[in-house]
Amino acid sequence: MSCGAKKDVSRRDFLRSGAALATMQLAPGVTLMAFGGSEAQAAADAGKRWGLLIDASKCAPDCNACITACQDENGWKGSGHAETDVQWIRKVTLKDKSSGRETSLPVMCQHCESPPCVDVCPTGASFKRKDGIVLVDKHICIGCRYCMMACPFKARSFVHEPVTNQKTHAPRGIGTVESCTLCVHRVDAGRIPACVEACAAAGHGAMVFGDLLDPDSDISRRLAEYPSVALRPDLDLNPGVRYREI
Amino acid sequence: MAIDRTLYREVPATRAVWSAGLVLGAFLAAGLAAFLHVEHNGHVVTGMSNQIVWGMPHVFAIFLIVAASGALNVASMASVFDNAAYKPLSRLSGVLAISLLAGGLLVLVLDLGRPDRLLVQLTHFNFRSIFTWNILLYSGFVAVVAVYLWVQMDRTVHPRWTRPVGTLAFVWRLALTTGTGSIFGWLVARPGYDAAIMAPLFIAMSLALGLAVYVVVLQALCALSGRVLGPERIAGMIRLLGLFVAVVLYFTLVQHLTNLYAAEHAGFERFILRDGGVYTGLFWGVQVFLGGLVPLMMIYSGRVNRPGLAALVCGLVILGGLGQIYVIVIGGQAYPMELFPGYAVTSGFFDGEIAAYSPRLPEILLGLGGVAFALLATGVAAKILRILPSNLSDTNPVTKV
Repeated sequence: MSCGAKKDVSRRDFLRSGAALATMQLAPGVTLMAFGGSEAQAAADAGKRWGLLIDASKCAPDCNACITACQDENGWKGSGHAETDVQWIRKVTLKDKSSGRETSLPVMCQHCESPPCVDVCPTGASFKRKDGIVLVDKHICIGCRYCMMACPFKARSFVHEPVTNQKTHAPRGIGTVESCTLCVHRVDAGRIPACVEACAAAGHGAMVFGDLLDPDSDISRRLAEYPSVALRPDLDLNPGVRYREI
Repeated sequence: MAIDRTLYREVPATRAVWSAGLVLGAFLAAGLAAFLHVEHNGHVVTGMSNQIVWGMPHVFAIFLIVAASGALNVASMASVFDNAAYKPLSRLSGVLAISLLAGGLLVLVLDLGRPDRLLVQLTHFNFRSIFTWNILLYSGFVAVVAVYLWVQMDRTVHPRWTRPVGTLAFVWRLALTTGTGSIFGWLVARPGYDAAIMAPLFIAMSLALGLAVYVVVLQALCALSGRVLGPERIAGMIRLLGLFVAVVLYFTLVQHLTNLYAAEHAGFERFILRDGGVYTGLFWGVQVFLGGLVPLMMIYSGRVNRPGLAALVCGLVILGGLGQIYVIVIGGQAYPMELFPGYAVTSGFFDGEIAAYSPRLPEILLGLGGVAFALLATGVAAKILRILPSNLSDTNPVTKV
């Protein structure tokens, strides 16, 4: 975290973070932060805007490495009820209606600069960190699903069934809404999201993660060099996820 | 100032009243059992999914909330528009409005994924959310209508207060229904919503549905308590209902004509108007024909002073309203969002597909439980409060206060 960002942390946030830390000390192994708004904000660096660049030409149609990695990392999986199963990231196949050309690419939360899910959330459970990562505060999500109605990317899922074997860094709960966190726990630890890592390990390298505000980052240089698109550009949401070669 | 000679009396505890209360109580109990079942097992036991995230509970809840603001029409006719014939009917109008709203909110809250977090909702507000504004509008509506009832019922309050408080309640109910319509109107993501016309459309729906529910409830209460209800009094309200039904049809026409003009909405319009199966059937068959054209023909054929026909007209309008809300809420979600224009899209998460939805018993029972709560609350109020005149015959003189 930069010095500038530290100045943005209010005394209340500091005290809340201290309380959360004390709680964690009392209950080791169980994180009660659960992406609580102030704590998660305190970990964010306002000088960064995290984003993804996805090159569809490198995404293999039969590869699900990103989905499997996300499931393993964040502890979500299907229960055999396809229509109610959660889906933090999904592979979508596009077929050009005129040419018949097929493209495959992953779709997840687009981490918009102006996220409709955050606007509509009545309690403020949907929130955007200062570094652009859009999260759900599991403490105050009431499960109204208005964010799911508002998301233009079908990126959010409602937990329809009891969940077991949760990861301490990715708390989940029945009756609440969840979506891609951009592996915020890894990002805060200086690592890259699990999907990006898995895509590279599978030899595709279709996903690039980085700071969109840093002109020297790999993602910024690639975005400057090649044409890319945002999904639903008509909505002017300025997503943090960009695509090329669709 | 003339003296109001209308006598308000509590509904007597007849066997018929108790029977109706028991039936409603049974529906309410079934609704609560359904809530516990869903709460225990998760929403997987409902027909709702990650594609159809709002289902039958929301259809019932929105119906009740929309009808609530419309049920206040009758009181507004007396206090705001100075029509003395509606004056004796005002108190029931206010009570029914509060009861319907409470029933709708009960369904909404009990369908939440975490209904135990209601207090969280009442302590955390995001003022960019129309939901938040609706919470304030709904709470305020209950408070304003309660004051409105007090002003009408307390003999120590000077009658000159009825008009300003009634006007405030009327303006508030317009704001409330604007808020309800804007839940959909402000959703930019989905082709079936994202339209400013949703707010006035919902106001028109509230005028029709609220009045239809009011007439049916008034008829039922009078029948249960053995009170005279003049056919001309009902016929007057039914003629007004005809106007409201026509306005709903007009806004529906404008809504779809506007969409049809824009090529980007052609797919959604084809879905609702031609290819949507159950949604197309509900739109043309239930909403437009049974809930719109048939009541209009019946009303303007001039025979609605028969109580049975008046009840039938109201029943059809209510049925049409439920169909319309189902088409808006469920149909709007069933049609897939266009993430990639120009491409045929497939995925393991139902992208590019018409989403399937079959309501299951728990969500239907929850919705009906909300209806039962609203009717039971109205009935209990009529039993313990003096809100219903003892004589509503056409010859009973009603003087303007």
